[in-house]
Amino acid sequence: MSTEHILGLVTGVLLGVLLQKGRVLRFDKQVGAMLLKDMTILKFMLSAIVVGMIGIQILAAMGILTLGHKAMNLGAVLIGGALFGCGWAVMGFCPGTSVGALGEGRWHAVFAIIGMLLGAALYAELYPVLKTSVLAWKDFGKIGLPAALGIPTWVVVVLFCAVTAGVFTLFERKKI
Amino acid sequence: MMRLKTSDGGWSPYLAGALVGLLAIASALATTFWMGKTSYLGASTTFVRGAGMVESVAAPERVAANAYFKKEKVKVDWQFMLVLGIFLGALISSKADGSFRLERVPPTWAEHFGPSVGKRALAAILGGAVAMFGARMADGCPSGHGLSGLMQLSVSAFIALALFFGVGVAVASLVYRRRA
Repeated sequence: MSTEHILGLVTGVLLGVLLQKGRVLRFDKQVGAMLLKDMTILKFMLSAIVVGMIGIQILAAMGILTLGHKAMNLGAVLIGGALFGCGWAVMGFCPGTSVGALGEGRWHAVFAIIGMLLGAALYAELYPVLKTSVLAWKDFGKIGLPAALGIPTWVVVVLFCAVTAGVFTLFERKKI
Repeated sequence: MMRLKTSDGGWSPYLAGALVGLLAIASALATTFWMGKTSYLGASTTFVRGAGMVESVAAPERVAANAYFKKEKVKVDWQFMLVLGIFLGALISSKADGSFRLERVPPTWAEHFGPSVGKRALAAILGGAVAMFGARMADGCPSGHGLSGLMQLSVSAFIALALFFGVGVAVASLVYRRRA
Protein backbone atom coordinates (compact mmCIF):
# COMPACT_ATOMS: atom_id res chain seq x y z
CA MET A 1 0.00 0.00 0.00
CA SER A 2 1.24 3.44 -0.92
CA THR A 3 0.90 6.64 1.14
CA GLU A 4 -2.19 7.48 -0.94
CA HIS A 5 -3.87 4.18 -0.01
CA ILE A 6 -3.02 4.36 3.69
CA LEU A 7 -4.24 7.97 3.87
CA GLY A 8 -7.52 7.06 2.16
CA LEU A 9 -8.07 4.06 4.42
CA VAL A 10 -7.35 5.89 7.69
CA THR A 11 -9.58 8.83 6.70
CA GLY A 12 -12.30 6.40 5.64
CA VAL A 13 -12.21 4.45 8.92
CA LEU A 14 -12.52 7.68 10.94
CA LEU A 15 -15.35 8.85 8.68
CA GLY A 16 -17.09 5.47 9.03
CA VAL A 17 -16.91 5.67 12.83
CA LEU A 18 -18.36 9.21 12.85
CA LEU A 19 -21.13 8.33 10.39
CA GLN A 20 -22.01 5.30 12.51
CA LYS A 21 -21.91 7.23 15.80
CA GLY A 22 -24.06 9.96 14.25
CA ARG A 23 -26.55 7.18 13.33
CA VAL A 24 -26.84 8.53 9.80
CA LEU A 25 -26.11 5.26 8.01
CA ARG A 26 -29.65 3.98 8.49
CA PHE A 27 -32.29 3.73 5.77
CA ASP A 28 -34.83 4.95 8.34
CA LYS A 29 -32.85 8.14 9.00
CA GLN A 30 -32.44 8.96 5.32
CA VAL A 31 -36.05 8.30 4.40
CA GLY A 32 -37.11 9.97 7.68
CA ALA A 33 -35.42 13.18 6.50
CA MET A 34 -37.09 12.98 3.09
CA LEU A 35 -40.46 12.54 4.84
CA LEU A 36 -39.54 15.60 6.98
CA LYS A 37 -39.98 13.56 10.17
CA ASP A 38 -36.41 13.08 11.41
CA MET A 39 -33.79 15.65 10.48
CA THR A 40 -30.78 13.78 11.94
CA ILE A 41 -28.95 13.61 8.61
CA LEU A 42 -29.48 17.31 7.90
CA LYS A 43 -28.22 18.28 11.38
CA PHE A 44 -25.19 16.07 10.77
CA MET A 45 -24.48 17.32 7.25
CA LEU A 46 -24.99 21.02 7.98
CA SER A 47 -22.77 20.81 11.10
CA ALA A 48 -20.03 19.18 9.03
CA ILE A 49 -20.44 21.74 6.24
CA VAL A 50 -20.30 24.79 8.55
CA VAL A 51 -17.17 23.60 10.39
CA GLY A 52 -15.49 22.39 7.19
CA MET A 53 -16.43 25.54 5.28
CA ILE A 54 -14.84 27.90 7.83
CA GLY A 55 -11.60 25.89 7.88
CA ILE A 56 -11.36 25.25 4.13
CA GLN A 57 -12.13 28.86 3.20
CA ILE A 58 -9.53 30.24 5.64
CA LEU A 59 -6.88 27.76 4.40
CA ALA A 60 -7.74 28.53 0.76
CA ALA A 61 -7.50 32.31 1.41
CA MET A 62 -4.06 31.71 2.96
CA GLY A 63 -3.00 29.85 -0.18
CA ILE A 64 -2.43 26.57 1.68
CA LEU A 65 -5.22 24.67 -0.12
CA THR A 66 -6.62 24.91 -3.62
CA LEU A 67 -10.37 24.74 -4.12
CA GLY A 68 -11.58 22.18 -6.65
CA HIS A 69 -15.04 23.26 -7.76
CA LYS A 70 -17.06 20.78 -9.80
CA ALA A 71 -18.27 22.27 -13.07
CA MET A 72 -21.65 24.00 -13.13
CA ASN A 73 -22.75 22.13 -16.24
CA LEU A 74 -26.41 23.10 -16.40
CA GLY A 75 -28.08 20.05 -18.00
CA ALA A 76 -25.87 17.62 -16.11
CA VAL A 77 -26.46 19.13 -12.66
CA LEU A 78 -30.20 19.69 -13.16
CA ILE A 79 -31.09 16.32 -14.71
CA GLY A 80 -28.46 14.35 -12.78
CA GLY A 81 -29.49 15.98 -9.49
CA ALA A 82 -33.17 15.21 -10.09
CA LEU A 83 -32.43 11.59 -11.05
CA PHE A 84 -30.34 11.17 -7.91
CA GLY A 85 -33.24 12.48 -5.80
CA CYS A 86 -35.65 9.96 -7.39
CA GLY A 87 -33.33 7.01 -6.81
CA TRP A 88 -32.28 8.13 -3.32
CA ALA A 89 -35.88 8.20 -2.07
CA VAL A 90 -36.41 4.54 -3.07
CA MET A 91 -32.93 3.24 -2.22
CA GLY A 92 -32.74 5.06 1.13
CA PHE A 93 -28.95 5.28 1.04
CA CYS A 94 -26.43 7.48 -0.69
CA PRO A 95 -23.21 6.03 -2.15
CA GLY A 96 -21.08 6.73 0.94
CA THR A 97 -23.63 5.56 3.50
CA SER A 98 -24.51 2.33 1.65
CA VAL A 99 -21.13 0.74 2.40
CA GLY A 100 -21.32 2.02 5.98
CA ALA A 101 -24.77 0.47 6.40
CA LEU A 102 -23.32 -2.85 5.24
CA GLY A 103 -20.61 -2.47 7.91
CA GLU A 104 -23.34 -2.00 10.55
CA GLY A 105 -24.79 -5.39 9.54
CA ARG A 106 -27.65 -4.00 7.44
CA TRP A 107 -26.85 -6.51 4.72
CA HIS A 108 -29.80 -5.51 2.53
CA ALA A 109 -27.60 -2.50 1.60
CA VAL A 110 -25.84 -4.94 -0.72
CA PHE A 111 -28.81 -4.60 -3.12
CA ALA A 112 -28.40 -0.82 -3.17
CA ILE A 113 -24.67 -1.29 -3.88
CA ILE A 114 -25.40 -3.74 -6.74
CA GLY A 115 -27.90 -1.25 -8.17
CA MET A 116 -25.36 1.57 -7.97
CA LEU A 117 -22.68 -0.51 -9.71
CA LEU A 118 -25.20 -1.22 -12.49
CA GLY A 119 -26.07 2.48 -12.71
CA ALA A 120 -22.38 3.39 -13.01
CA ALA A 121 -21.84 0.76 -15.73
CA LEU A 122 -24.88 2.05 -17.63
CA TYR A 123 -23.60 5.61 -17.37
CA ALA A 124 -20.23 4.52 -18.79
CA GLU A 125 -22.04 2.83 -21.72
CA LEU A 126 -24.12 5.93 -22.51
CA TYR A 127 -21.32 8.45 -21.84
CA PRO A 128 -20.42 9.01 -25.54
CA VAL A 129 -24.07 9.90 -26.32
CA LEU A 130 -24.48 12.08 -23.21
CA LYS A 131 -21.26 13.92 -23.95
CA THR A 132 -22.63 15.31 -27.18
CA SER A 133 -26.15 15.95 -25.80
CA VAL A 134 -26.99 16.73 -22.13
CA LEU A 135 -23.38 17.43 -21.14
CA ALA A 136 -22.91 19.81 -24.10
CA TRP A 137 -25.87 22.13 -23.44
CA LYS A 138 -24.39 24.88 -21.30
CA ASP A 139 -21.35 24.74 -19.05
CA PHE A 140 -20.76 27.68 -16.71
CA GLY A 141 -17.45 26.12 -15.66
CA LYS A 142 -15.90 25.60 -12.23
CA ILE A 143 -17.35 28.57 -10.37
CA GLY A 144 -17.75 29.46 -6.71
CA LEU A 145 -20.72 31.30 -5.22
CA PRO A 146 -18.74 34.40 -4.07
CA ALA A 147 -17.42 35.00 -7.62
CA ALA A 148 -20.81 34.27 -9.20
CA LEU A 149 -22.60 36.75 -6.91
CA GLY A 150 -19.75 39.26 -6.69
CA ILE A 151 -19.82 39.10 -2.86
CA PRO A 152 -16.72 38.58 -0.65
CA THR A 153 -16.24 34.99 0.51
CA TRP A 154 -16.45 35.81 4.23
CA VAL A 155 -19.89 37.45 3.75
CA VAL A 156 -21.20 34.28 2.06
CA VAL A 157 -19.75 32.15 4.90
CA VAL A 158 -21.38 34.34 7.60
CA LEU A 159 -24.73 34.26 5.75
CA PHE A 160 -24.52 30.47 5.40
CA CYS A 161 -23.81 30.09 9.13
CA ALA A 162 -26.72 32.40 10.02
CA VAL A 163 -29.17 30.47 7.82
CA THR A 164 -27.92 27.16 9.27
CA ALA A 165 -28.42 28.45 12.84
CA GLY A 166 -31.99 29.40 11.89
CA VAL A 167 -32.65 25.95 10.40
CA PHE A 168 -31.27 24.21 13.53
CA THR A 169 -33.49 26.37 15.76
CA LEU A 170 -36.49 25.36 13.66
CA PHE A 171 -35.61 21.63 13.86
CA GLU A 172 -35.24 21.81 17.67
CA ARG A 173 -38.46 23.77 18.10
CA LYS A 174 -40.40 21.27 15.99
CA LYS A 175 -38.54 18.34 17.61
CA ILE A 176 -37.76 16.72 14.25
CA MET B 1 -30.59 21.88 25.53
CA MET B 2 -28.09 19.91 23.48
CA ARG B 3 -27.57 16.33 24.57
CA LEU B 4 -24.31 14.68 23.58
CA LYS B 5 -25.89 11.23 23.43
CA THR B 6 -29.05 10.23 21.64
CA SER B 7 -31.67 7.80 23.00
CA ASP B 8 -30.33 5.02 20.74
CA GLY B 9 -26.82 5.28 22.20
CA GLY B 10 -25.39 7.33 19.33
CA TRP B 11 -23.74 10.73 19.49
CA SER B 12 -25.52 14.01 18.92
CA PRO B 13 -25.66 14.53 15.12
CA TYR B 14 -24.40 18.09 15.70
CA LEU B 15 -21.30 16.76 17.49
CA ALA B 16 -20.61 13.87 15.08
CA GLY B 17 -21.20 16.20 12.12
CA ALA B 18 -18.87 18.89 13.46
CA LEU B 19 -16.16 16.23 13.90
CA VAL B 20 -16.67 15.23 10.24
CA GLY B 21 -16.09 18.90 9.37
CA LEU B 22 -12.75 18.78 11.24
CA LEU B 23 -11.91 15.49 9.52
CA ALA B 24 -12.67 17.07 6.11
CA ILE B 25 -10.24 19.92 6.86
CA ALA B 26 -7.54 17.53 8.13
CA SER B 27 -8.04 15.29 5.09
CA ALA B 28 -7.77 18.20 2.63
CA LEU B 29 -4.51 19.25 4.34
CA ALA B 30 -3.11 15.70 4.53
CA THR B 31 -3.79 14.98 0.84
CA THR B 32 -2.24 18.35 -0.13
CA PHE B 33 0.95 17.65 1.79
CA TRP B 34 1.36 13.92 1.24
CA MET B 35 -0.15 13.43 -2.21
CA GLY B 36 0.70 16.81 -3.73
CA LYS B 37 -2.91 17.49 -4.71
CA THR B 38 -5.84 18.56 -2.54
CA SER B 39 -8.47 15.79 -2.52
CA TYR B 40 -11.90 16.31 -1.04
CA LEU B 41 -14.20 13.67 0.47
CA GLY B 42 -16.37 11.88 -2.08
CA ALA B 43 -17.72 8.41 -2.82
CA SER B 44 -19.55 7.99 -6.13
CA THR B 45 -16.55 7.83 -8.51
CA THR B 46 -15.51 4.70 -6.63
CA PHE B 47 -18.67 2.98 -7.91
CA VAL B 48 -17.52 3.71 -11.48
CA ARG B 49 -14.15 2.12 -10.73
CA GLY B 50 -15.86 -0.78 -8.96
CA ALA B 51 -18.17 -1.32 -11.94
CA GLY B 52 -15.14 -1.23 -14.25
CA MET B 53 -13.36 -3.85 -12.15
CA VAL B 54 -16.38 -6.18 -12.13
CA GLU B 55 -16.93 -5.71 -15.86
CA SER B 56 -13.22 -6.38 -16.52
CA VAL B 57 -13.68 -9.96 -15.34
CA ALA B 58 -16.09 -10.68 -18.19
CA ALA B 59 -15.08 -8.18 -20.88
CA PRO B 60 -11.70 -6.51 -20.25
CA GLU B 61 -11.40 -5.17 -23.81
CA ARG B 62 -14.81 -3.47 -23.50
CA VAL B 63 -13.71 -1.65 -20.33
CA ALA B 64 -10.36 -0.68 -21.89
CA ALA B 65 -12.14 0.85 -24.90
CA ASN B 66 -14.78 2.78 -22.91
CA ALA B 67 -14.28 6.56 -22.88
CA TYR B 68 -15.77 7.04 -19.39
CA PHE B 69 -13.68 4.29 -17.78
CA LYS B 70 -10.63 5.82 -19.48
CA LYS B 71 -11.54 9.25 -18.08
CA GLU B 72 -12.09 8.04 -14.50
CA LYS B 73 -9.35 5.36 -14.58
CA VAL B 74 -10.29 1.92 -13.24
CA LYS B 75 -7.89 1.52 -10.31
CA VAL B 76 -7.77 1.40 -6.52
CA ASP B 77 -7.06 5.01 -5.56
CA TRP B 78 -7.36 7.25 -2.48
CA GLN B 79 -11.16 7.52 -2.71
CA PHE B 80 -11.56 3.76 -3.25
CA MET B 81 -9.67 3.14 0.01
CA LEU B 82 -11.76 5.86 1.70
CA VAL B 83 -14.97 4.02 0.77
CA LEU B 84 -13.54 0.69 2.02
CA GLY B 85 -12.57 2.54 5.19
CA ILE B 86 -16.16 3.71 5.75
CA PHE B 87 -17.24 0.05 5.73
CA LEU B 88 -14.53 -0.91 8.24
CA GLY B 89 -15.11 2.12 10.49
CA ALA B 90 -18.86 1.45 10.65
CA LEU B 91 -18.20 -2.25 11.40
CA ILE B 92 -15.74 -1.47 14.23
CA SER B 93 -17.93 1.27 15.72
CA SER B 94 -21.18 -0.75 15.61
CA LYS B 95 -19.52 -3.87 17.04
CA ALA B 96 -17.93 -1.78 19.82
CA ASP B 97 -21.18 -0.11 20.96
CA GLY B 98 -23.50 -3.07 20.31
CA SER B 99 -25.56 -1.38 17.59
CA PHE B 100 -24.50 -3.92 14.93
CA ARG B 101 -27.64 -5.69 13.66
CA LEU B 102 -28.11 -8.18 10.86
CA GLU B 103 -31.14 -6.74 9.14
CA ARG B 104 -33.10 -8.34 6.26
CA VAL B 105 -35.28 -5.36 5.36
CA PRO B 106 -35.16 -1.77 6.73
CA PRO B 107 -37.87 -1.30 9.43
CA THR B 108 -39.45 1.73 7.72
CA TRP B 109 -39.53 -0.15 4.42
CA ALA B 110 -41.27 -3.13 6.07
CA GLU B 111 -43.94 -0.82 7.55
CA HIS B 112 -44.86 0.29 4.05
CA PHE B 113 -44.10 -2.67 1.81
CA GLY B 114 -43.94 -5.70 4.09
CA PRO B 115 -41.07 -8.06 5.00
CA SER B 116 -40.34 -9.43 1.49
CA VAL B 117 -36.61 -9.42 0.76
CA GLY B 118 -37.24 -9.87 -2.98
CA LYS B 119 -39.40 -6.77 -3.20
CA ARG B 120 -36.87 -4.71 -1.24
CA ALA B 121 -34.01 -6.05 -3.37
CA LEU B 122 -35.74 -5.13 -6.63
CA ALA B 123 -36.57 -1.61 -5.41
CA ALA B 124 -33.07 -1.02 -4.02
CA ILE B 125 -31.40 -2.21 -7.23
CA LEU B 126 -33.64 -0.01 -9.39
CA GLY B 127 -33.35 2.99 -7.05
CA GLY B 128 -29.60 2.50 -6.75
CA ALA B 129 -29.14 2.36 -10.52
CA VAL B 130 -31.16 5.55 -11.11
CA ALA B 131 -29.42 7.38 -8.25
CA MET B 132 -25.92 6.45 -9.39
CA PHE B 133 -26.69 7.31 -13.01
CA GLY B 134 -27.81 10.73 -11.76
CA ALA B 135 -24.81 11.16 -9.45
CA ARG B 136 -22.39 10.43 -12.29
CA MET B 137 -24.21 12.86 -14.58
CA ALA B 138 -24.20 15.59 -11.89
CA ASP B 139 -20.56 14.65 -11.13
CA GLY B 140 -21.15 14.06 -7.42
CA CYS B 141 -23.27 12.63 -4.62
CA PRO B 142 -24.20 13.96 -1.13
CA SER B 143 -20.52 13.50 -0.17
CA GLY B 144 -18.79 15.12 -3.15
CA HIS B 145 -21.40 17.79 -3.84
CA GLY B 146 -23.18 17.94 -0.48
CA LEU B 147 -20.27 17.99 1.96
CA SER B 148 -17.17 18.86 -0.06
CA GLY B 149 -18.85 21.12 -2.64
CA LEU B 150 -20.73 23.22 -0.10
CA MET B 151 -17.63 23.63 2.08
CA GLN B 152 -15.91 25.05 -1.01
CA LEU B 153 -18.98 27.20 -1.84
CA SER B 154 -19.28 25.70 -5.34
CA VAL B 155 -22.31 26.90 -7.31
CA SER B 156 -22.85 23.37 -8.70
CA ALA B 157 -23.02 21.96 -5.16
CA PHE B 158 -25.79 24.31 -4.00
CA ILE B 159 -27.94 23.45 -7.03
CA ALA B 160 -27.18 19.72 -6.91
CA LEU B 161 -27.94 19.38 -3.20
CA ALA B 162 -31.17 21.38 -3.53
CA LEU B 163 -32.29 18.97 -6.26
CA PHE B 164 -31.13 15.83 -4.41
CA PHE B 165 -33.15 16.79 -1.38
CA GLY B 166 -36.06 18.61 -3.07
CA VAL B 167 -36.79 15.77 -5.50
CA GLY B 168 -36.08 13.21 -2.75
CA VAL B 169 -38.77 14.80 -0.53
CA ALA B 170 -41.29 14.86 -3.40
CA VAL B 171 -40.67 11.25 -4.47
CA ALA B 172 -40.55 9.95 -0.87
CA SER B 173 -43.96 11.51 -0.12
CA LEU B 174 -45.41 9.52 -3.05
CA VAL B 175 -43.51 6.24 -2.51
CA TYR B 176 -44.14 5.97 1.25
CA ARG B 177 -47.77 7.04 1.16
CA ARG B 178 -49.19 3.51 1.35
CA ARG B 179 -48.85 1.18 4.32
CA ALA B 180 -48.44 -2.58 4.19
